[in-house]
This record gives sequence, structure tokens and C-alpha cells, in this order.
Amino acid sequence: MKTAAHRALDAASVRGVTYADARVVSIRNRSLTVKNGRVGHASESESLGIGVRVMAGGAWGFAASADLSRASVEAAAARAVEIAQASARVKREDVRLAPEPAAVAEWTTPYKLDPFATSVEQNLDLLLKVDAEMRAVAGVTLAETGMNFQREESWFLSSEGARIHQTKYSTGAGYTAYAFAGSEIQKRSYPNSFGGQWQNRGYEQIEEMKLVENARRVAEEAVALHHAAQCPEGTATIILDGSQLGLQIHESIGHPIELDRVLGMEANFAGTSFLTLEKLGNLRYASDLVNVVADARQEHGPGLGTFAYDDEGVAAQSTPIITNGRFTGYLSSRETAHTIGAARSGGTLRAEGWNRLPMIRMTNVSILPGEKPMSLEQLIAATDDGIYMETNKSWSIDDKRYNFQFGCEIAWEIKNGKRVRMLKNPSYSGITTEFWNSMDAICSRDEWTLWGTPNCGKGQPQQVVGTGHGASPARFRNIRVGSAYQGS
Amino acid sequence: MLTKEKAANIFDRIRRFSSADEVEAIFTGSRFALTRFANNAIHQNVEEENSIVSIRTNFAGRTARATANQFDDESLRRAVAVSENLARVQAPDPDLLPMPTADEANSGDKLADKSVRATRFFDETAAITPADRAEVVKSIVSVAGKHKLTTAGIYSTSESREGIFNSRGLANWHHQTLAEISITMLAEDSSGWQKLNSPDVRNLNPARLAETAAQKAVDSAHPREIAPGKYTVILEPAAVLDIVGFMFWDYSGVAILDQRSFLNDRIGAKLFGENINICDDAEHPLQAGSPFDGEGMRRQRVQLVENGVVKRVVYARATAQKMKNSEYAGKVGPIEPTGHGFPLPNEMGEMPLNIVFGGPENPRSVEEMIASTERGVLVTRLWYIREVDPYEKIVTGMTRDGTFLVENGKIQCGLRNFRFNQSLISMLSNVEAMSAPVRASGEESFDMVVPAMKVKKFNFTEATKF
Ligand SMILES: [Zn+2]
Repeated sequence: MKTAAHRALDAASVRGVTYADARVVSIRNRSLTVKNGRVGHASESESLGIGVRVMAGGAWGFAASADLSRASVEAAAARAVEIAQASARVKREDVRLAPEPAAVAEWTTPYKLDPFATSVEQNLDLLLKVDAEMRAVAGVTLAETGMNFQREESWFLSSEGARIHQTKYSTGAGYTAYAFAGSEIQKRSYPNSFGGQWQNRGYEQIEEMKLVENARRVAEEAVALHHAAQCPEGTATIILDGSQLGLQIHESIGHPIELDRVLGMEANFAGTSFLTLEKLGNLRYASDLVNVVADARQEHGPGLGTFAYDDEGVAAQSTPIITNGRFTGYLSSRETAHTIGAARSGGTLRAEGWNRLPMIRMTNVSILPGEKPMSLEQLIAATDDGIYMETNKSWSIDDKRYNFQFGCEIAWEIKNGKRVRMLKNPSYSGITTEFWNSMDAICSRDEWTLWGTPNCGKGQPQQVVGTGHGASPARFRNIRVGSAYQGS
Repeated sequence: MLTKEKAANIFDRIRRFSSADEVEAIFTGSRFALTRFANNAIHQNVEEENSIVSIRTNFAGRTARATANQFDDESLRRAVAVSENLARVQAPDPDLLPMPTADEANSGDKLADKSVRATRFFDETAAITPADRAEVVKSIVSVAGKHKLTTAGIYSTSESREGIFNSRGLANWHHQTLAEISITMLAEDSSGWQKLNSPDVRNLNPARLAETAAQKAVDSAHPREIAPGKYTVILEPAAVLDIVGFMFWDYSGVAILDQRSFLNDRIGAKLFGENINICDDAEHPLQAGSPFDGEGMRRQRVQLVENGVVKRVVYARATAQKMKNSEYAGKVGPIEPTGHGFPLPNEMGEMPLNIVFGGPENPRSVEEMIASTERGVLVTRLWYIREVDPYEKIVTGMTRDGTFLVENGKIQCGLRNFRFNQSLISMLSNVEAMSAPVRASGEESFDMVVPAMKVKKFNFTEATKF
């Protein structure tokens, strides 16, 4: 593996490049689902290849091949140089890389149980148990459960002398109960929707999630939603559970702070950002209570954005993004660091696999928990009149990341500090900075979870990577609710 | 690059390594290149070559899949063993069918003379080099310069192969090319966009796409904010495709059996306006993609909606059998395998992926729709669309890159972008005019052949800041 990367660098260097790196990546994945008592699918995949990134004539070229033979690797390097030369025909200025010490390192995700050492029978048995619990509830019309493991081993070598060998594990599982009746389909998911909860850990993650223990309650809620009142339209105080707040952070903080978006590099696809450069250090992004970091270090937790080195060899860091409400940092790379006057990359460049160019991606973009001890039940008890919403159902935000609308699976009306009744089809909407400035309470560390978003898409060709978002439940005042069903 | 002969040879080795009752291998291979530009310069420029084999084994009602991208004996042996291990531990599924024979899979091919089947492989597309793409980007950048705009976008070219072999003698193969251009033009406070793809690069006119995108950016400068509410909208084809795409997951036998479709209890009902006709037709001259499905079955032409009435859904082989024995059998229209299955095993079943909207009796161009509109909104494209309600098929999303106020038959000015929350059922009941259908491409749904549409009472619920 390492030999292939060396050969690619040698082949690039004889062609006069000013910088080159090569990543050999080997990915193994297991994916299992159960639907209504039967295996939905059982599959595994392996993918191995090399991606060569070079700079020539002040411009980038990238070529990737699944064939690690000497001839093929050298051809890929030569192709990358030819592509860089073509890029140089349409450039405005030379690419400038912020300096970075060349690391020589070995790192593996800390884990207790190698998920690939667990038997498929054991995995399916757990999913079938969850499935049976859900389908024991009358009114459930569809039960879906799933489990996914990934192991990604990579060798990163650069012409500057970096030699990094990393192995990352990620593990995820979750389920959804659906209930169709009359003219309505309702659903409830656990621990989160769209694939459940994901972290960079081993199988111990699955064992700690209490999947079976929660299945019946979740299924009962899906059925009960049919008898719940519709979420009202208007303005309300809302409390969001941690998983929904995690997605809110992802969409309205994580994406707008990506420096490549800010600089217009995603303008044709993912979009740009309202966070133009002059706002750094000046914008009041949020209320004083809001502190957000982008932290890729293991000490932040085992998030989907946790690693030792990014995919251009920059060590994991923690960057303060919002500090006591003020906007203090972007997600940056070696190429973009100089645009914000930074001496060094923030270490956020990641690629989906060997065949993709690394780009700026969220690491773990997390809101820090409140310092004053407060549980969710205490926060509800301290709320006179409001709506508590749980688990994302729909999400949408404009291409500069101002206007958003989220739907949740379930909500409860709060009156005088108590949950008084269930509400169906809850939704809320707003403008990013107005929303974050209206946060007036957040729960403390006991309620804080590092959630995983496994399906973040960006780039052309599109790359899907996982990101982490630590959050605890929080309260927001004067929020527009119910707009998703307005006028329909 | 993978050829049918090489794939056949690999499949022979896979069969030797397997002890399963039946074996299937799906091959995909591609050389894909994409030149990406932003701020009037090429900033990312990539190419990859990859070939994948995905092996499915069957043991008496139990099946599983393992995928690899290395073709040495050891890698293939391991993939076969993994697939077999994943299959063996399962309980038998009484609905799992034996793999289709070549005769069964190809019996749906209605074309008598196969040699007249239109190719989707063009040497002109396959031969495009990085330097060729750079020259095209340069021409797009010069259009931006002429209008004092900033441009961002992509120009990609690819060559791909797809094949399916099974131990009952099936050996189907497809190869094609695709060229794609997407252009955004940015001004101080406005933008414009165009996107097009085709198997034949000669069908793309980069200069014309760049000029249209630039004109939209110029014309929508200094956008006004108007109150959200229900408006008559003129949706260009890309906007139509991106929003209607959210309902086609539900035109599936499994979606009905699972009761997760908005067509539950609605097949045979007049759900949309009289003027809505939709079929799925992989052989349509404006369509692209392979003529067989995930089991190798020939894709059939299926009329899904006729004069506003939902007539039927599509079926993989096992789904059709299951539907015939279900309580819904008498209520869902014709039930037969249609060649729309995903590779097995999967929980989604099938879906139509080659959507073609029927043309109206009196097609109206977008210009004619504008001229006939007293007050309305012209929409270039829609963005970040997500489903709000699965049964009423309410979807939310934003307008993007060229939203205009139309008054008294003329474009008056650019508008700040809107958020919509719109039921697709009511939208397709409110179509006042359509253009002739064209091949269109967006970012939210798969490519389709769709018309532009003039729709009344489109539900904008909020406006954003730009
Ligand atoms: Zn994302």
C-alpha cells in the first residue's frame, strides 16, 4: 500500500510538480437491515485504490485509480499532472498552501469491540428483536431497522515528507416505526431518524444504545400521533431535543462556516454563505449563552468528525466558532487559510474515499453544554408556555444559509412547566442569526450527546461524509411554528 | 476498462469459487472526469477510473451481496465467501425467487431488430480531454467577463459500463457516455443558472447555456422582496423535475405493500388534472441509462398516470408475485414484473427512474406563459427540497438562481427567493399550461423528460434575505 503511494509521488516529482500527495485508502463496510420481520438486505463491500493530488503551474490536478499496479499508479500520477496543467490554463492566481510540519504518525480509532469481529447472526438477531418489539404494537404498519459498520484504513504520503497511517472505525444503528391509517402516515425513530445514531467507535456503541428497551415506546408513539392535535401555527417558545439541535447546528452553523463556501467555491452546487469574511470577529451570531467549537480531537469525543490527521496531513484541532455569541472562526484548509489571515490550516480537509478530492468538511461542530446544572425535565419545568420538539423529520435551508425550516416527528405542548398533550406534525422556521440570538437556556453536560450525521453531501462529484454534532436540549423564544402546513 | 469479455471471465472464476445454489454478479466500471470552476478559474479538476463487481449468492430462499473492486483470485474468493456467510445465517424468505433466466429477463424486449436500438455511447464524448474541458471553461469565463459577472460550475465527461451475469445464463451488458455542463453566473445581489447533460457531447452548447445563465443574473439584479402567499408560478423544466421527483419513490409495488406510499388507497383515482400524463420509458430517445434493471430484467414502458388518473405502479419480479397474493391485488391496476427492480436484496423494491411526461395538446413556450400571466412568479430552479408530509405529498424547499416577478405579461424584476410548502397532488391539479417536454437535469431529483409548467396557487410561505 505504502509502496504504491511512494511510486505515485516519485512519478509526479519527475514531472516537475511543486507539491504532491498520495492517499491509498481501503474501506470495508457492513450494512444490515430488517423490515417487518425479515432481512431487508445483508451486504458487505470493500473498496481499495489510490488518489493522487498534484500542483503544477500553480493549479491543482487529481487522478484516482483502483488498480495499484506500478504501471497504473504511475499513469494516475502522470494524468494528475496533465490535469493540473489543464487547470493552469484557466487560473486567476497560484494556489498558496499554508505551511504545515510533515507528520509521521500512526493512529487508530479507540474501540473496545471490533464490529467486524461480531457475527452477522448476532447483528441480525438484535435487529429482529427490535423489529418484533415494534410490530407487537397494534397500528404499526411498517417497521424498519438497520445497522452499519465501517473501517477505513489510509496511508497519506506527501512530497513534503508526511507519512501518516490512520484507521478509523464508525458504527451506527437505528430504527423507525410507521403507522398508516385514514389519510395519514406517521412515524417515530430511535435514537435518531435517517439511520439512527452514529459514532467513531466499535460495537460497544450498539450495545450501549438500549435499542430493544426503547422500541415499544417509540412504536406506541408512532400510533399515538394519529390521535394527537396538529401543531399550531404562530409564534411560540420552543425546546429542541439534542438530536434536532445537532441538525440545526449542522445546517445553520456548520455549513455557513465552511470557508470554501464563503469564498464561492461551492456556488454552483451546495451554495455560498451569508458569513462573508468581514463578519469574522464582528458578527453577533447568537446569544451570550452560545459557545460552539469545531473539534476533531479524540478528547472532544468519538464523533464522525474525529481523527488524528485530516486528508492533507494537518493534525486535528479545536477551533472556537462562536464564543459567547460572537462569530470567531471558520473551517479552513491549507489552501484557504491565508484568506482569513491564518498562519495554519484548521485541519478540516476530508475525502469520501480514495477516488475523491479532499475538501473542507465539518469535523465535530458542537454547542458546548450549559455550565449551570439543568436537565431536560428541569428546563421543561422552567417553561410556562411552549412546545417541546423531538427527532428530525424534514430539513431545508436556502443556499446562503439564512432561511431554514425543520419538521420534527413529535412534539408536546408545555403549559405551566408540564407536558400537557402530544402534538403531531410540528415544524419551525426562521432566519439563522435571529434564531440563534433567541436561545435563552441550554441543558448541562448530563444531557449532552455527540450526535452523528452520516449523510452530509457536498462537492461535485458529490461526496457524502459523516460529521459530528454535540448538543444538549435548548430553549428558543419567539419562534415561528407550524409554517410547514400553512395554507395546505 | 472492463469489457463484456473480461467480465464474463471474472464471472466464470466467481462461479468456480462459489458453492451457492445460484450466483449473480453485477459489474460497473467507469472513467469519470470533472472540471470544476469558481471565481472565473478552474479550482478543482479530477478524474477517476474504477471497476466494481457485486456478487449475490442464493441458498434456498436466503440471499446476500458482497462487493469488491479488485479482481485477483484472493479478492474474489473473499467476496464470494462474505456473500455466502451473510446469506447462510438468515432465515429463508418464502418470497425470494430463483434468479431469472436469459429468456425471462429479455422477454420484455419488444424491439424486433436489436441493431436499430439507439446507442448511448458516443466516441466524441469518450474522447474529451482535460485540455478540451479547460477550453470550454475558458469560453464560459469569457461570457462571464463580457457581462462583468463571476461564474462557477462544472463540465464533466464520463464513459461507463454496466453488466449483469447469473448462473442461469443471463449475460446483459450496457455501455454509455455522458457529458454534463452546469453554470452559475453571479452578480452583486443576483444569480442565474443553467444545466444540461447528454450522452452525446455535441448536444451541449456551452456558450448558449452561459449566455442564458448570465442574462438571468443580469435581469434579476437588485431583487425586490414581495410578500409570500399563493402565486401563479411558471416553473422552468429543471424546477418541475426537482419537485415532482419526490413522488416517484411511491410508484412502487413495495411502497404499496409497506403502506408508505401516497398512492395507498388512491390507485385508479383521479388525483391530478386531466392534462397530466406520465410514463416511465427507458427507451425514450431523450432518456439515458441502462435498459435492464437490478436483476437484469428488460425495463418496460409503463403508463403510470393517464389523464390525471394514477393507473398503476412498477414491479420487481418478487414484488409482483407478492402483490398478486396480497389484500391489495384487486385495487392496484395491472400487476406484472416491469423491469424496475433494484439489485437484490433490498427493502425498497423498485421505482421508475426514466420518467417521461406526456406533451400537452397545445404546448406553450415559457415566453408564451409569461405573456399570458397577469401577475405571477417565474422560477428558474428549486433547491433543498424535502418531504414534509408523506401522504399529502407536501414538500418544502427554496427558489434559487433567478426568480422573477411577472406582471401584465412581462418580466418586471428579480425577486428575493421564497420558501414553498406545496402539496404535489394539488400542484399537479393546478397546471394551466405546459411546454413541450425536454430532457432536464437538476440537483434534487434524477434526470427526466419534463415540460415547463404554469401552475396556479403555488404556496410560498416565507421569503429569505436575498
Ligand atoms: Zn450537510
